[in-house]
Formats: sequence, C-alpha cells, structure tokens
Amino acid sequence: MTAGKTASKAVPMVKAEGVHKSFGTAHILKGIDLEVAPGEVFCLIGPSGSGKSTFLRCINHLEQVSAGRLSVDGELVGYREKNGKLYELRDREVAARRRDIGMVFQRFNLFPHMTALENVMEAPVQVKRESKAGARERARKLLDRVGLGDKTGNYPSQLSGGQQQRVAIARALAMEPKLMLFDEPTSALDPELVGDVLDVMKDLAADGMTMVVVTHEMGFAREVGDSLVFMDDGVVVESGHPRDVLTKPQHERTKSFLSKVL
Amino acid sequence: MSVDVDKAARPPQDAPPPMPEPIKAVPVRHYGRWIAAVVVIGLLALLIRAFASGDVNWGAIPQYFFNADILKGLRNTLIITVLAMVIGIVLGVILAVMRQSKNPVTATVAWVYIWFFRGTPVYVQLFLWFSLGLVFQYIDIMPIYKDEWSDFMTPFLCALLGLGLNEAAYMAEICRAGLNAVDEGQTEAAHALGMSQGKTLRRIVVPQAMRVIVPPTGNEVINMLKTSSLVIAVQYYDLLQAAQNIGRDSGAVVEMLILAAAWYLVATSVLSVGQYYLERYYARGSSRQLPLTPLQRAKAKLSGGSNHPGGVA
Repeated sequence: MTAGKTASKAVPMVKAEGVHKSFGTAHILKGIDLEVAPGEVFCLIGPSGSGKSTFLRCINHLEQVSAGRLSVDGELVGYREKNGKLYELRDREVAARRRDIGMVFQRFNLFPHMTALENVMEAPVQVKRESKAGARERARKLLDRVGLGDKTGNYPSQLSGGQQQRVAIARALAMEPKLMLFDEPTSALDPELVGDVLDVMKDLAADGMTMVVVTHEMGFAREVGDSLVFMDDGVVVESGHPRDVLTKPQHERTKSFLSKVL
Repeated sequence: MSVDVDKAARPPQDAPPPMPEPIKAVPVRHYGRWIAAVVVIGLLALLIRAFASGDVNWGAIPQYFFNADILKGLRNTLIITVLAMVIGIVLGVILAVMRQSKNPVTATVAWVYIWFFRGTPVYVQLFLWFSLGLVFQYIDIMPIYKDEWSDFMTPFLCALLGLGLNEAAYMAEICRAGLNAVDEGQTEAAHALGMSQGKTLRRIVVPQAMRVIVPPTGNEVINMLKTSSLVIAVQYYDLLQAAQNIGRDSGAVVEMLILAAAWYLVATSVLSVGQYYLERYYARGSSRQLPLTPLQRAKAKLSGGSNHPGGVA
C-alpha cells in the first residue's frame, strides 16, 4: 500500500536510540529505541502517561531529549555534531528543521484570529516567503483536499471540531513536510466527527506520506498502520505489524491494555 | 482555545414549524420596582432643587465654555494624556518583555521598576521630578547636552515624566497578563510550523494578547485623562489649572469647576466610543458573530429591514 516496505534500507525517517526524557525528577521516557522508515505509517499506542506524546514532541524538538540519540532523516534533532562533540542548535536552526516536519495537535491549536485560509497561508508566507497570491492558491487547494473548500473564510470558532482538525492538517501540509506527526488527532472530537479526520489521514497515507501517529483509534492503526508500538511507563513494550500486535499480543501489559480499549 | 464543537454552524432545518398562539396570562406585578423608582426620582428632584436654589451662576458656564484659556488648558490636558500614554505603553511593553526574559538581571530590574512606580503615589512622583532640582544643579548628558536643571526640567517635562513613567509600571503588568493569557498551544503550533521566536510573538501571540490588553488600556487612557489634573502640582497649565485661574479671577470658583468636570466628561465619553470600536476590532474570530455596532443597528432599523444580525464576521 505504501512505499514503506521497499524503502526500509534507506535512511530511516526517524531513528531513536536509547532516548530518555525527564522533567525534573519525573522520568518520562526510559530508553526508547525505534525506527520509522520513509513512507511508513507508524502508530504509537499506550495508556495515558506512558510517554507517547512526549516522544512525539521530542521528534520536532518541542521537548528536548535528556539522553540518547534521536535523528530525523539522518540529522540529529536539536544538535549539530562536529568532531564527536555536540553543539546545541540556535533557535533559528531549530526552526529551519521544523519546517520539514508537520504536526497536528490534539486540541487543533488553530490561530483563532485568522480565517481557515489565513491559517493555512500563514507559514508559507511568513516562513517560506512565498508570494501571497501563490500561497492563497495552494491553501485553497489544500482546504479543498480536506473537504473544506467552502469554509475558507470561516474563523476557527465558526467551525466544528472535526473541521478545525482538518484545517490544522491542511496547515501542516502547506509546508510540504516530509514527515507528519499526529498527537491524538481525534481524541478531542465528537465520535461522529472522527471519521472525517481519519479519512483525510488515510488519504495522506495512501499518498505515501511518512506519518507518526499517537492514537487510540485501533481501527485506524489496524487498517492503515504499517508498524505499531505499544508503550507503557516510558518504554516500548511490544512492537510489530499492527495486525499481529493487536490480535496476538505477546506481552501481559499489552494484553491487559488492549482488553480495555478494544 | 476554541475547541468547543460548533453545532450552530450546521445548516438550520428548513421551514420551522408554525408558531402556535402565544400564551396569554396576567403578568406578575412588581410593586417593589414602582416604589424604588418613585424614591429614586424623588431623591433626584431634591438634589436638583438643592443645586437650583444654591447660589450657582449657571450662566457663567456656557459663557466660558469655549474661552480661549479653557481651550488651551484642554489642549494641554489632551497632549499630556496622549504623550504620557505613549511613554507608558512603549516602556510598558519593554518592561513586560524584560520581566518575562530568562536573563535574571533584566527580569529583576523590571520587577524593581514596577515595584517602585506602582508602590508610590503618582502625586509624590510628580513632586519628586519637580524637586530633583534641589539635588542636581546641572543636567549633563556628557557629549550631547548640558544645561541648568531648572531650565531643563520644565513643568511640561515634569508632568510628562511623572505621569508616563508611572503609567509604564501599570502597562507592564497589563501587557504581561495579556501575553500570559494566550494559550501555550498557540506558540507550539507556530514553532511546529517553523516560525521563529520573534515571528511567533508578532504574528500569533501579540494579536491575541491584544484582546486582553486593549480593554484595560482603554481604561488606563481614561484614567490618565483624569489623573493628568494632578499636574497642577508641577505648575503645568492644564484644563483644571485654566478653570481655576478663571474661577479665581472672576469669583466663579464652583462654576468653573463644574465647567472643567463637563469638559472631562466630554473627553472621556469620546474616548469610550473609540475604545468600543478598538475592542470590536480585536475580538474578530473570538466570537462566532460580532454584534452590530449601535450605528449599524440604527441603519438596519432605518432601512426597515429585520434587525437580524447580518453576516459581519
């Protein structure tokens, strides 16, 4: 279905080696090792507080990794390596790397003072210095693609949760990212609105976008996911193909978690 | 911020069911309201009678309303209000950013500034500026400027510094509250799109903070207009000073104070209208539909159309 399986020999899109993260005394991530191949849809599941969102936020440096190595498309996140020494990146350099990574948040985080169209145009115009006319044209197409071609002039407060989340996806796509991060994109939605958002995500996956998805939608993981990782208490408990993990979990903790959510 | 699911956005059902006969019932009689209204009107009448029978020369007020000295005082009051607010806002924004800064020196300096200027009366501060001549004989900004302190520190400058620096402390707190009120998710979303720190502040955070900052700032302007009457302490010729001078010379002391009060009321009323439109501008996107302005409502009424809110988003 995706290019993921054939490209596994290429540079991994995301590579984590012994990633730790602590906030003060709270040890959230306790050594995460995983690889996301280009074109792959990679699902992260697990109970709340297991560190899956924190890990996702580490990937685009919204959180700083405490220990271990984390790289995106072969480049270390947050650091530059020179002669075996690590140098912290300047804010400007961090921002430059984030341009290639789209992120979709649980609570949408659309800019409330801008219309849907302006939300999508903002980063191309401000960050990539695209012309306004060109960015507007592309923004219209993107909103069309997520099924909101008729809502371009609406402010976020005039849109339903599902519509807001689809605008948020269009906004992230406007930067033409090579990797998309989804942080529980459907958790804040009414059940009847979840389907529209998942459809847009499936469409993206079919297009070959590399996606890391933190989700509670087991159906989506099974149907669209290429890999699935079950995390608990800051460690990867079990990983594999979604069908295998979801139907034949090996680990006790995975079994008990799945028995509650399925 | 705006996570509420908007059910109203869905198309309304077509053709609402016909309205049945409205209920006819005897309304509750609110005798208490009638009594209260009579009492209040009675008290007002007494007050008006008292002033009418007082020895107030009402005719003096219209006579001096557009007096050249009064207008000059009014102009000076407006000038000092505007300039002091400009200093207050600019310095206030700087102080707010300094207080948020990760640099402990700038953060502490800002804190001490706010602590001092908010902690002492503005009247005392005005006197302080006025009296600094007692301890400094010269002002000497080495290569640029050197003069006797008393020539440098004119009443205008005293008033401007006294009011402006005091205002900055309050504006700093207002701006800080505004910046803090913007959801952290907004900054994260902007950063995730690759926007720099400065762009995020300018394009995303500040426009949203303005919604929180504008209303109290409008209050501050109105307050400043009134507080500016204290500059009489440093001999600045403002509206109150002009009114008092005329009052002293003509013997119409109370009349001129009433006149000054009337001018202050006119000015604050004009400012209130300005504030209303400014708030409206920064509220765009925060509510689904902005209410009509009084002007738009009047127009809608006149044109005979239904006064249903139109599509003003």
